[in-house]
Amino acid sequence: MLVGILQDIQAEYKYLPREALEEVHKGLSIPLTQVYSVATFFKAFGLTPKGRHLIDVCLGTACHVRGAVRILERIERELGIKSGETTKDLRFTLGTVNCVGACALGPMVIIDGQYAGQMSTNKVKPLLESYD
Amino acid sequence: MRRRLGSPEDLVRLRESIIKNKAPGKPGISICGGTGCIALGAEGVISAFKQEIQERQLDTKVDLRITGCPGFCERGPLVLIEPKNTLYQRVKSEDVSEIISQTIENGSVIDRLLYHDPKTDEKFIQEGDIPFYKKQMRLLLGNNSRIEPDKIEDYIALGGYSALSRALFSMSSDEIIGEIKKSGLRGRGGGGFPTGTKWESCRRAEGDIKYVICNCDEGDPGAFMDRSLMEGNPHSILEGMIIGAFAIGAHEGYIYVRNEYPMAVRNSEIAIEQAEEYGLLGKNILGSGFDFAVRINRGGGAFICGESTALMASLEGKVGEPKAKYVHTVEKGLWERPTNLNNVETWANVPLIITNGADWYSKIGTKGSKGTKIFSLVGKINNTGLVEVPMGITLREIIYDIGGGIPKGRKFKAVQTGGPSGGCIPERLLDLPVDYDELTKVGSMMGSGGMIVMDEDTCMVDIARYFTNFLEGESCGKCVPCREGLKQMGKILTDITEGRGREGDIEMLEEMSVGIIDGSLCGLGATAPNPVLSTIRYFRDEYEAHIKDKACPAGVCKALIIYCIDEEKCPGCGLCVKACPSGAITSTGKKKPVALDQEKCIKCGACYDVCKLCAIKIR
Repeated sequence: MLVGILQDIQAEYKYLPREALEEVHKGLSIPLTQVYSVATFFKAFGLTPKGRHLIDVCLGTACHVRGAVRILERIERELGIKSGETTKDLRFTLGTVNCVGACALGPMVIIDGQYAGQMSTNKVKPLLESYD
Repeated sequence: MRRRLGSPEDLVRLRESIIKNKAPGKPGISICGGTGCIALGAEGVISAFKQEIQERQLDTKVDLRITGCPGFCERGPLVLIEPKNTLYQRVKSEDVSEIISQTIENGSVIDRLLYHDPKTDEKFIQEGDIPFYKKQMRLLLGNNSRIEPDKIEDYIALGGYSALSRALFSMSSDEIIGEIKKSGLRGRGGGGFPTGTKWESCRRAEGDIKYVICNCDEGDPGAFMDRSLMEGNPHSILEGMIIGAFAIGAHEGYIYVRNEYPMAVRNSEIAIEQAEEYGLLGKNILGSGFDFAVRINRGGGAFICGESTALMASLEGKVGEPKAKYVHTVEKGLWERPTNLNNVETWANVPLIITNGADWYSKIGTKGSKGTKIFSLVGKINNTGLVEVPMGITLREIIYDIGGGIPKGRKFKAVQTGGPSGGCIPERLLDLPVDYDELTKVGSMMGSGGMIVMDEDTCMVDIARYFTNFLEGESCGKCVPCREGLKQMGKILTDITEGRGREGDIEMLEEMSVGIIDGSLCGLGATAPNPVLSTIRYFRDEYEAHIKDKACPAGVCKALIIYCIDEEKCPGCGLCVKACPSGAITSTGKKKPVALDQEKCIKCGACYDVCKLCAIKIR
C-alpha cells in the first residue's frame, strides 16, 4: 500500500517532502531507495513544492485533435513557465494530464479540480486572472 | 439501517419491500451527476431541483435521483423524467422551476429543452427515440439512469445481486465457469482473451490463496467507459467480482482505480461499504459460507499500470514495471499467487450472463465477438459521448447514425480505435464490422474502447507523433527497444512535422517498428508502433507531402504553415488585432482588411479562434 500512503502525503502537502519520505521508510521498514523509486516513477507525485493553484491542461487524444497544444502554449506564454514548472510567486503550477474523460468539452483545462471546458486561446487570460 | 441478509430468501424479501415502498407511477427525475455533466454545470441544476422540490413540498411525491452517466455527454446537463422517459438536454438551473410546474405537475412537455435533430429538425420527446440512442443496445449502461450509485437499494430493486444468489446456491464453480466460457465473453480491457478460459486456468492453478482484481486504471486518452460504469453502477462490477471469486476460489480482491477519477473512487468505496452491511460481501455471504473481501487501491498516474503485471507490481508497492509473460499471472501473479485480473466492463457483463444464460448472451454479436461493447465516441464528431453497441455493428453506423457525423460540414478522414497503441482506420474501411478479429486485420484493435474521430483538419503525421510521444513518456523503461526506439521514432516524426524530414524516413520508421514489436516484453512496446504503421499504411501521401513538399495538407504542423488574411472576407472588425499576443496584426483603416506581419507572427492561432467570418486562412 506504499502508493496509497504516498498519495495521502501528496494530497496533504501537494508534494512529497523529504522528511515525510524518511518517515515512510522508517514506518514501513522498507529501504529509502525503494520509497524514492516509487515516488519518482508515478506521475502523480512531485518532490518540489507546488503553487497555490494547480493547472492541468488535458492533452488526451480528443482534446489534442481539438487544439489543446495551442491552449497549453498560450498558458505557458502568459505565465512565463513551461509545463511541469511553478511560477516564482508560487501562484500557479502548470501540468498536463492525459484525459480526464470529459472529452465532449475539449479542449479542457482543470484548475484546482474545477473544469473549464471548450477552451480557446482567447479565454486563457481571463481564466487565469480569476485566480489570485 | 441495513440488516445482514442471511439467506437468498432474505434478499428476495428485501427486494420486495424496496419495490413496495416505491409508489408505482410516481414521477422520477434523474439528473446526470457524472463527470461530464458536472463539468457542464449539473451541480447548479441539482441544487435548483432540490430547492424547488422543498419549496413546493413535493418531497414525498417525486423521486429525485442523482445518477451516473447516460452517455449523451454532448448535450449535458441531462435530465430524464419518468415515467414517460422524457429527456431534457442542456438544462440550466433557470429551467428547473418550469420543469417542475409544467412537466411534473401538469404532465406537459417543454419544447425548447427537447433534443432537436440538427439535420432533420425533428424533435424527440423520449430518450429511446433519439437517433443517438436508437441503434444502441445498452445492457450495461442502461441502468445508469435508474440507479443512484450510492444507494445499493436501487440496484437491488432492479434485480441486483440475484445473479450472485443464483451462483452461490444453485451452481457449482465448474458450472459458472462453463457458462462464462459458453457465453463467448472476451476481455474488454483490450486483449480480448476468453474470460472463461482465464478463470478456469486460475481455478486449476495450485495454491490456497488466490486473488481477483478489477482493472479500472483506464489510462487510454480519450476513453472513459470504465469510469462511467464505476461511477454510475459500481454494484454491477462488484457482483461480477464476487461471482468470479467464488468460481475461482479466491477470498480477497482488489479494485485498482485511477486516482484521476475521484468520483469513481468514492462510489466504489461506498458500494463496498453498503454491500458489506447487507452481508453481500465479507464473511459468509448470504449465509453460503463463502467469504470474500475487496479493497480499493488508487493508481499513481502511470499508463503502464493498466498492464496486468505492472498493475500487480504497483499493488505490491513497487514501481510499475511489467514482467515477462512466460509465467502466467493466473499461476503466479500478485505476491506470486494465482491471480485473475479482468477489466471493469468484463466484470460488469458477468451478472448479466449468469442471470440470462450463456445462450441468450451468445446470440448477441458476431461469431468470434459476443455481447455488447461500450465505446467513447470523441474527437471531431457531433454527438460526443458513450455508446454501447452490439458487436458486429459497422463503424459507419456508429459514426454517422449514432454519432451524427462530422461537425461543421467537414470531411471525415479517419477513426482511431484501440487507444494509443491502436490504429487509424480510413474512410474506405468504414463498413467494417466492429469485432476483435476484424479490427486486428486492418492494423488496429478493439482496445478498451476509445473511438476518436478525425476530420480533414487532422494531420495524420501529427497524430502518429502525438501517440509516439505519449507512449515514449509512459514506457516504464525496462526494455531498451521500447525505451530508446520510441524516443528515436519520436525524433524522426518531430523532424518530419517540422520540415526536416528526409528521404528514407518512412522506411526507417517501418524498420524500427519491427524491432520494437519483437524486442519488448509487454503489450505497451509490442503495440506501440501501431499508430505509426497504420498511418503510414493508409496515409502515406501525407507523410510524403511533409517530407518532399515540406507541406502539411491538413494545416496543423506549425513549421509548415502560415496564417494569412482572406482580404475578400475580412471586414476589418479588429477582433483579431486585439487577440494577437505578438502585435503581428494591425488595422489598416475602417472597413479595410487587416494586415498580418509574417515576421512577427508566432502562429499561436489566436486570430483563427476569434474570427467568426473564417477570414483567417491557413496555408
